[in-house]
Amino acid sequence: MDTKKMAIIATKGTLDWAYPPFILASTAAALGYETQIFFTFYGLQLVRKDTSGLKVSPLGNPGMPMKMPFGPKWFKDINWNMPNAIQAIIPGYENVATSLMKMTIANNGVATIPDLRGLCQEADVKFIACQMTVELFGFQHSDFIDGMEYGGAATFFEFAGETDICLFI
Amino acid sequence: MNFDKELDARGLNCPLPILRAKKALAEIPSGQVLKILSTDPGSVKDFAAFAKQTGNELLSTAEAGGDFTFFMKKK
Repeated sequence: MDTKKMAIIATKGTLDWAYPPFILASTAAALGYETQIFFTFYGLQLVRKDTSGLKVSPLGNPGMPMKMPFGPKWFKDINWNMPNAIQAIIPGYENVATSLMKMTIANNGVATIPDLRGLCQEADVKFIACQMTVELFGFQHSDFIDGMEYGGAATFFEFAGETDICLFI
Repeated sequence: MNFDKELDARGLNCPLPILRAKKALAEIPSGQVLKILSTDPGSVKDFAAFAKQTGNELLSTAEAGGDFTFFMKKK
């Protein structure tokens, strides 16, 4: 049987959107897929050495429940529905929401992004950063983790053209 | 059931039980049995799918008080 292949284009640079590419890529690798992720535009944030810039914001995101990860059950069950206008004027709101989300992630036994990313690399998932957007956003190769390759759209197609699964995230 | 290695994946969520199982299977020779403990309800379908796609044999799946136990024989 030929080895199955999967390619992912990762384009989002927030904490919540960091999960799908790494979860799918690490699982694909565990199932025996040869896997590549092409990081472009804001997706480049996912492969920076420093991941502290990955944040999540309930502002303008009606799909995100705002619940507290601590306290008694009745308190945890409250959905803190706040109008966008109020969220927008509270300084540090995004940082607070991000640390609450990280607490929720830990409470639920969900891996951290650096962990999942490391598991992908251990499983030989190939990471390619889009050179054009690296330059566009003023990054240096030294901003990114070791083991990255740099290329453009043609590099992506060389592998993507032979895949069984190809996702844009 | 007899087993050769045990993996405690309780408290871990998707996709960690699968990734840990893959790693544990790599550490035992072909034909040996891995026992896996999990609390992730999604792992029931996931381990069946993992077995089907990797060729490792899922010998049994059991649930008791929110704990899931799997026995998997390495291909």
